[in-house]
Amino acid sequence: MSVSESLPHDAARLHVTGAARYVDDIPVPRDTLHLAFGLSDIARGRITAMALAEVRRAPGVVAVLTAADLPHDADCSPSAHDEPLLSTGAIHYHGQPLFLVIATDHLAARRAAHLAVLTCAQEPPILTIDEALAADSRFEEGPRLWQKGDAAAAIAGAPHVVEGVIGIGGQEHFYLEGQAALALPQENGDMLVHASTQHPTEVQHKVADALGRPMHAVRVETRRMGGGFGGKESQANALAVACAVAAHVTGRPCKMRYDRDDDMAITGKRHDFRITYRAGFDNTGRLTGVEFVQYARCGWSQDLSLPVADRAMLHADNAYHLPAARIESHRLRTNTASATAFRGFGGPQGMVGIERVMDHIAHVLGLDPLAVRQRNYYAAAADGGLSAPHAPAARPPEGISRQMKPQTTPYGQVVEDFILHEMTTALVASSDYHARRDAVAAWNAANPVLKKGIALTPVKFGISFTLTHLNQAGALVHVYQDGSVAINHGGTEMGQGLFQKVAQVAAARFGLSQGAIRITATDTAKVPNTSATAASSGSDLNGMAVRAACDTIRERMAEFLAEYHQQRPDEVVFAGGAVQAGAHRLSFAEAARLCYEHRISLSSTGFYKTPGLAWDRIRGQGRPFFYFAYGAAVTEVVIDTLSGENRILRADILHDCGTSLNPALDIGQIEGGYVQGAGWLTTEELVWDAAGRLRTHAPSTYKIPAFSDRPEVFNVALWDAGNRAETIYRSKAVGEPPLMLGISALMALSDAVAACGPGYPALDAPATPERILRAVERQRGCGGV
Amino acid sequence: MTISFLLNGETVALRDVAPTRTLLDWLRETRGLTGTKEGCNEGDCGACTVIVTDDTGSRALNACILFLPQLQGRAVRTVEGISGPDGQLHPVQQAMIEHHGSQCGFCTPGFIAAMACAHLRGDTDHDRSLAGNLCRCTGYAPILRAARAAETAPVPDWMQTDRAALADPGFCLGEIPSGGPAGRGVDSPPRGQHPQSADELAEIYAANPDATLIAGATDVGLWVTKQLRDLDGPIFLGGCADLQEVAVTDSHIRIGAGVTVARLMQAIAPHHPSYAAMLRRYGSDQVRCAATLGGNIANGSPIGDNAPALIALGATLHLRRGEVRRSLPIGDFFLDYGKQDRAPGEFVEAVTIPRQPDRLRCYKISKRFDQDISALLGCFSITVEDGRVQAARIAFGGMAGIPKRAAHVEAALIGQPWEEASVLAAGDAWGRDFTPLSDMRASDAYRLATARNLLMRYLLEDQGAPVSVLEVRA
Repeated sequence: MSVSESLPHDAARLHVTGAARYVDDIPVPRDTLHLAFGLSDIARGRITAMALAEVRRAPGVVAVLTAADLPHDADCSPSAHDEPLLSTGAIHYHGQPLFLVIATDHLAARRAAHLAVLTCAQEPPILTIDEALAADSRFEEGPRLWQKGDAAAAIAGAPHVVEGVIGIGGQEHFYLEGQAALALPQENGDMLVHASTQHPTEVQHKVADALGRPMHAVRVETRRMGGGFGGKESQANALAVACAVAAHVTGRPCKMRYDRDDDMAITGKRHDFRITYRAGFDNTGRLTGVEFVQYARCGWSQDLSLPVADRAMLHADNAYHLPAARIESHRLRTNTASATAFRGFGGPQGMVGIERVMDHIAHVLGLDPLAVRQRNYYAAAADGGLSAPHAPAARPPEGISRQMKPQTTPYGQVVEDFILHEMTTALVASSDYHARRDAVAAWNAANPVLKKGIALTPVKFGISFTLTHLNQAGALVHVYQDGSVAINHGGTEMGQGLFQKVAQVAAARFGLSQGAIRITATDTAKVPNTSATAASSGSDLNGMAVRAACDTIRERMAEFLAEYHQQRPDEVVFAGGAVQAGAHRLSFAEAARLCYEHRISLSSTGFYKTPGLAWDRIRGQGRPFFYFAYGAAVTEVVIDTLSGENRILRADILHDCGTSLNPALDIGQIEGGYVQGAGWLTTEELVWDAAGRLRTHAPSTYKIPAFSDRPEVFNVALWDAGNRAETIYRSKAVGEPPLMLGISALMALSDAVAACGPGYPALDAPATPERILRAVERQRGCGGV
Repeated sequence: MTISFLLNGETVALRDVAPTRTLLDWLRETRGLTGTKEGCNEGDCGACTVIVTDDTGSRALNACILFLPQLQGRAVRTVEGISGPDGQLHPVQQAMIEHHGSQCGFCTPGFIAAMACAHLRGDTDHDRSLAGNLCRCTGYAPILRAARAAETAPVPDWMQTDRAALADPGFCLGEIPSGGPAGRGVDSPPRGQHPQSADELAEIYAANPDATLIAGATDVGLWVTKQLRDLDGPIFLGGCADLQEVAVTDSHIRIGAGVTVARLMQAIAPHHPSYAAMLRRYGSDQVRCAATLGGNIANGSPIGDNAPALIALGATLHLRRGEVRRSLPIGDFFLDYGKQDRAPGEFVEAVTIPRQPDRLRCYKISKRFDQDISALLGCFSITVEDGRVQAARIAFGGMAGIPKRAAHVEAALIGQPWEEASVLAAGDAWGRDFTPLSDMRASDAYRLATARNLLMRYLLEDQGAPVSVLEVRA
């Protein structure tokens, strides 16, 4: 049984030897051309003249295309058909592609792109949340509003009220492999596209439209990405469309990869948010009602902003039962790069809002924030969130008092699988939280300059695409006559180990070892109509689809072998690389050969759709999620009150992956997600200037965590307790949830600042040294910087 | 221009090389060795890390900002050459597989090169040697586990061949013409020249004052890869061994302009450990092993980290044009933003630091600890006698258009008791010394407030109080 084994990533050996091929590594025909976009240098206005003669004359340039030169309407939007590949006259943001240079090499294309002389009629850009609100510049007709009960009345009747506001910065994906695509013209005008994308089907769709061809004329292949994180869900479209159009126009293969600075200027990032809150609570810190207003800065195009903002609303409760809630969401249109999907997809921002409320309440009441959090947790699931057969022996006993009636989220979904009470108890013990909290207080009393902080924050993350129809997946499995197995599915590999997990599923279904299974590049010609590999859904959906395909083949083989050996089909057992039919034992290869010779089909598709979902996003009511994934983290930090410099000293994490398909890969997602989440909330600061130019457009100015930024003490454990929902081998999705464990770092920093004075720190994110110093000075009543 | 070097053990001789062709582009586009990746094309992510060996040892460098002529006579090993000749895995490769150190795998070849280089050198300070390699997937924990696991494995034979090949007197990569003095050069007009001594450089540069001097290319590299500039007749300084000397006498420490920041860090550590500790956060190993002191000064950056430290140490800068040499206090070299006291054809030859009791503390403030450009850098050297400030040299980077001394603050301190009240009393002087800018690294208000606070840090540190978050443990 290969499931639940900590096997290495299927491409690990290729990674470490440099042999793993990414799009830019694929050998190309000699006549391949290379592309670069000419970019807007203003944030808003209209092009009045575009002089491209110098560009066309530049060395190596073969052609230059503007919107008027495109054979068909080339749109790159995943949602609203509002993203022309090249500007059709209007300029919506600084860095918007205006024209396309096609040249004999990458550098020649980049150099030529800078030679255009653009004349533009500038308009004042709308850059900030306040400017967008003032101009009523937004997507959708007005704010979305979801309500549960009467929050205003509940707050009015509460013994205590807190209110406040938190600014939450965006985040650049900084996938190490920049965006890249390669288009190879085929006979009959067809197009083969290699794209570094999380969504090959959407690339296929967009390319087909841009070429004026049906989808069957376009094949998109994605072997792997050098990181995605949501940044290649919709942002890969533009390069693939550009390559396909250029290849169509020139008749030659075309390749495009963004230079890093261009990548950061052109592509979307995590939405920055401002969240205002008002909460009523009793003397013990228990919430009576809460109101949030979430302002999301969406950038120039709609992109995925509506579901992102929805998911922020869907996580405004995080792990806490809100007896009454009012959640208002503004999706603001600004003249900046279009904010897009990023690991967590709005969920992290929503969660930061309620975690801030918990922290603020605790401060007002002088309580340990953990006590307030636990007091507000959803009621425990009656069975601990588990289906009976999966409960392990060594589990903490459950207090009778916790077994209450299941509670509902603000959007009406019953929380049936809540396991954070037990997880928190276990993490508090393993991290020695209470003793360390006392030690931090003692340390702070003795240290006037440096201050420590500690915080525990939980994560409850909803699993499923909120656009319900996306919760489907297909697979294609072949068993060859030598017993080797090739599997294919709609999911893409971006480092998360999806291929490895799914291969382990297939190996388990056939009773084979890993070596017999080969997962092949994602290919729209093999599995059609796929959803993006997003929403943490990859292994849940594709694992199930591959299982279905494997089982179909296995049943055919079993049926035949049973008949051949005069056994019942259910007496045919696939295990240990062999097939046992009663007393007859064949190697799997022999069995495959025998089936082939007897004309048994050894190939099958598989299909899966998530059951039980029903969601009305306008009313904000229903069951959008199949289940929840849980986790909790304790982070300890130190800050310098003279400079705001800070370090994460220790992180302890307990995370729920259900029954892990591969514990090593899951721990990798958790460690990486935590550090990425902590980076978002600390060092990663996006800065735009007054003209709308992104000033942090390279790793020299945009600082993702580096090697020594990982917590020096970093303890990660899995809560290995199955999944109440019937997922693949009762595992749980793990892609996004761990990112939100990083919120504990922000709350720990807030705790450290709180040690500097009596006020509430109200620390915004990212908590850079500058923001921390400003908060410290407010605490100390120095007026601040 | 013709150059030759070893690539994964094989001799490569290239003719008519464009002098600003980067090793990375050549490897990937010409040579078809695509294991080495482009992540940022500016030396900040380490995805393109390769191992470069010469007679002084092996070091990890960023191939994206390494021009081919810089490789003359050296040996390059890419990820493809880190596996053995029969495909055997290097111990760091094996450990990275076993410890799940790769996820998307794109940064991995760069990590492998940096790890294999550290392994070759017996260097187990992984926080330092891997500070220049960004990974967005793993959170670094499994990479550290892998690096530690491989520490004790022996260095494979094939990793030791480069040094031996270069040292073998029977082995010859071929001499290249230096370019020679202008007018007599083999390359005419000069497309890239290789002086072999300071004298030769002086002659060439005086005759070609518009030429671009290239030592480590950690800054000039970006002129090419990011600003897409054509360089006018580059002169490569790597052959000028006499610019790479460090001499310590009873009265001075003299550092040649061609000394890398990595070597400077080692050389200065016994004398001014705080300077060395600050340099530990200057770029990354990949950058420090290429960047030179002379380059960091001559580019005139207001945020170059060496200048404030050298100003605080009272260092002297030595310039040379042809046969004419002059010296000046290093602070006087920086006239205005982008403007230095340097005549056409004049170059930085060396810096001398007077020997002195160590009172220097360098405080580098940035959003991220490793490999970040300073928002501000404060360097303090304050001498106290009988409880009073007897002398003070305070210099900052990031607070003005040039590295600048805090003259008013110094004046406010001198003669005062060395205590908190004096530090606070000097508070107003900061605004007279500095009117910093706001930019993406920090606001003007933060810079000014923090600069003021750093003087307090210096006092508190002097009094033995813990002031560094880097020294705190959970």
